[in-house]
Amino acid sequence: MQRRVVFDGKLLPCLLVAPQLAVTLVFFFWPAAEAIYFSTQSQDAFGLSTVFVGFANFAAVFADPGYLHSFKVTALFSIAVTALAMLPALLLAVMADRVVRFAAVYKTALMLPYAVAPAIAGVLWLFLFAPGIGIVANALRWLGIDWNYLLNGDQALLLVIIVAAWKQLSYNFLFFLAGLQAIPKSLLEAAAIDGAGGLHRFRTIVLPLLSPTTFFLFVVDVVYAFFETFGVIHAVTGGGPSKATEILIYKVYYDGVVGLDLGGSSAQSVVLMVIVIALTAVQFRYVERKVHY
Amino acid sequence: MESRSGRLAWLPHLILVAGLALVGFPIYVTFVGSTMTTPDILSGRMSLIPGGHFVENYLAALTQGMPQLSGVPVARLMANSLVMALSIALGKMLISFLSAYAIVFFRFPGRMVCFWMIFLTLMLPVEVRIVPTFQVTANLGLIDTYGGLAIPLIASATATLLFRQFFLTIPDELIEAARLDGAGPLRFLVDVLLPLSRTNLAALFVILFVYGWNQYLWPLLVTNTASMTTLVVGIKSMLTVDANTPWHLVMAMAILAMVPPAAVVLLMQRWFVKGLVDSEK
Repeated sequence: MQRRVVFDGKLLPCLLVAPQLAVTLVFFFWPAAEAIYFSTQSQDAFGLSTVFVGFANFAAVFADPGYLHSFKVTALFSIAVTALAMLPALLLAVMADRVVRFAAVYKTALMLPYAVAPAIAGVLWLFLFAPGIGIVANALRWLGIDWNYLLNGDQALLLVIIVAAWKQLSYNFLFFLAGLQAIPKSLLEAAAIDGAGGLHRFRTIVLPLLSPTTFFLFVVDVVYAFFETFGVIHAVTGGGPSKATEILIYKVYYDGVVGLDLGGSSAQSVVLMVIVIALTAVQFRYVERKVHY
Repeated sequence: MESRSGRLAWLPHLILVAGLALVGFPIYVTFVGSTMTTPDILSGRMSLIPGGHFVENYLAALTQGMPQLSGVPVARLMANSLVMALSIALGKMLISFLSAYAIVFFRFPGRMVCFWMIFLTLMLPVEVRIVPTFQVTANLGLIDTYGGLAIPLIASATATLLFRQFFLTIPDELIEAARLDGAGPLRFLVDVLLPLSRTNLAALFVILFVYGWNQYLWPLLVTNTASMTTLVVGIKSMLTVDANTPWHLVMAMAILAMVPPAAVVLLMQRWFVKGLVDSEK
């Protein structure tokens, strides 16, 4: 899309676009190029010299059982977070769309987790679930459940899933609510006059009309679970116990910053970049096509 | 619709109240913890009624130097967080506003190249290219500086795309009228476009402030000294592995870390929801 009427001048627009372009070049294209470059290099043990090794880093990454394990953890984590963030949000949005009294109160309160940093969300839940300290952990123990996420990997994964989903609930709720409120009431009334019951109307009218929102949120939530949950993992489990909660983004950080494996970490970065680009491309294709219902 | 007359009119309220409880419970318990002493919290039977140490704990957290943070008080970390969040929010808004203006209202060589270069950055969150971005920042000598905390995160396309979309809806007549009145492009930018964009700017500010305040991985990497770190990152250093964690202070810090972004979201709610839903389309 273009404007018909524009201003004249060549120098001024270049000056106006320069700051963003400069920041983008220095902090985006340069690092991205470095990641690709280092992913094909291997450093010696002292970091003094590097040699070109082609795709050896990628081969090493994909041959590493730790990486494949991290891939599995990430898949499970992101699917669980997405489902757990979307389904309750949809239920709450449908209910909030229905009520008249207190509607603003519910909406405002349900917005709150959006403002909470992932790492802080981690600390809040840690305080509930820390063995021997948290009141929920104590209650579980009292019920006879052997709760200790510091030792039990499944429990640790469950906890970070809950934290990550809790934080993303607000976002999904707000989008579902906006989507529901955009559905013309006349459609629902016509269906009601034709004798369609509440559940039937929901399934045949609301859900299909909501599908662009649902699809959009699905992609956003997967991207969120993949990349924005680092704070949750770092604050709650540190990837442990024994790597049970080490998602890909945490492994990039750990191998690159803690383990100082530049080549391997860069190769992982490149793999992640490919994943994000694929997800974004899918999102644009579908959202562009399906949003005009 | 029928829910008004039906017998199940209370059901939505019940479900929503359950939702509120789920959202509010962890925050409430944290607040309660921040008003107690650590022995109270560790007693194994922590009460759910706020204790009497509210003023004492928050004062201690804000003003006392924390041994876990090399003697830096939380007030300093909050100031760092504020500088970072404001620099990111205002910096992004400024450079995006200008670049979107140039791309929409001018024809210049390389216009589409610029647009696509900016658009590409939409795809890659900083977390993905974290190690090389860190190296570039270190090469530029920006470790432990406010510039290092904020500038690398200013490179993002979301705001530019939002402004571009809005600018495309400005009627041509407005530009023609401005030209007839002898207004140049900069005059048009300041006197016409800026006032028209107020709502978008407000909405974007909320989203970007929350984004900036809540950053974690980037400030964790780019700061080495405790006096330059942010509140969100500082809390993690307080959670030591041994039993010496001062839980009452950690809880007070968690509340302090939530208040500014929550206040911005709640006070600017109307614009926030609009901005959130608009910026993703």
